[in-house]
Amino acid sequence: MPLSESEIDSLLRLVSLTEDVEINCEQCLAAVAEFAEQKLAGKSIREALRAVEHHLSVCAECRAEYEALLRTLNNIGGQGEG
Amino acid sequence: MASLLSRPSVFSLAANDEPKMPRDNESWVADLRAERESALSDLRDALLRNLRKALATWPHADESLLEDAVQDSLMRVLERIEQFEGRSRFLTWATSIAIHTAMAELRRRRWKDVSLEKVVSDGDFAPVQLTTSGQTMDGKLVQQALVATMQRLIEQDLTEKQRTALKAELKGMPQDEIARHLGSNRNAVYKLTHDARKKLKAGLEAAGFTAGDVTAPL
Repeated sequence: MPLSESEIDSLLRLVSLTEDVEINCEQCLAAVAEFAEQKLAGKSIREALRAVEHHLSVCAECRAEYEALLRTLNNIGGQGEG
Repeated sequence: MASLLSRPSVFSLAANDEPKMPRDNESWVADLRAERESALSDLRDALLRNLRKALATWPHADESLLEDAVQDSLMRVLERIEQFEGRSRFLTWATSIAIHTAMAELRRRRWKDVSLEKVVSDGDFAPVQLTTSGQTMDGKLVQQALVATMQRLIEQDLTEKQRTALKAELKGMPQDEIARHLGSNRNAVYKLTHDARKKLKAGLEAAGFTAGDVTAPL
């Protein structure tokens, strides 16, 4: 079974987004909580978080985890400040 | 702290044995460092609530899996607590770790019996039939040349490991599973595929393709 058209399309998209320096999944995890809160609050993203934003655009697994985190954030405010 | 975690009774204590007080980041960190049972219990309850919501639409995310993920997450949070910089709310940070832990387990269960060899051999980078009905003749030719060049670069410029990891990733295999098959780890797999993407990007640029060619839909 050859790669489907959508898989080739995905690869081209990933290649077009590729940067020389990217953070890995572990580095993304360390900062994704701050990134999610900033995004949800509509605040501008500080420079150090740009790398998180980029990683989420090329890593489907981290993106799925980020989207799941966003779904919970509206509730977190009611669970004590932290 | 590890000794507390190893005692199941810590987590079976009713949270309302002690009054629940809202905690700010500093209180969470201080209470967990001080091994306060109420903090561990509160954190466990909060993570379980958040995981239920986060994974509500995921098949197989049953209560047993969530409970196990919370236990693992508590350990991880405590191990990494010195790395928490206070740039987000503590619960957001801890929840991100719990989601990561739970989703990794869900992916592992889904893929544990799938062989890397089968995933990679199932789909070779053979030419695809492009549906370019909406494009001009020039556009079609560019896209066909782009795909042909991509296939050549994959076969000629990538190492066997890069090719394998990239193919498996495109087929949806989780990076942790690819790493397990390759005797590696997720970060190393990420580097492998990142290096592969950089080679492909450089190769396409050297072949004269522009960013516009690469981003145009097939």
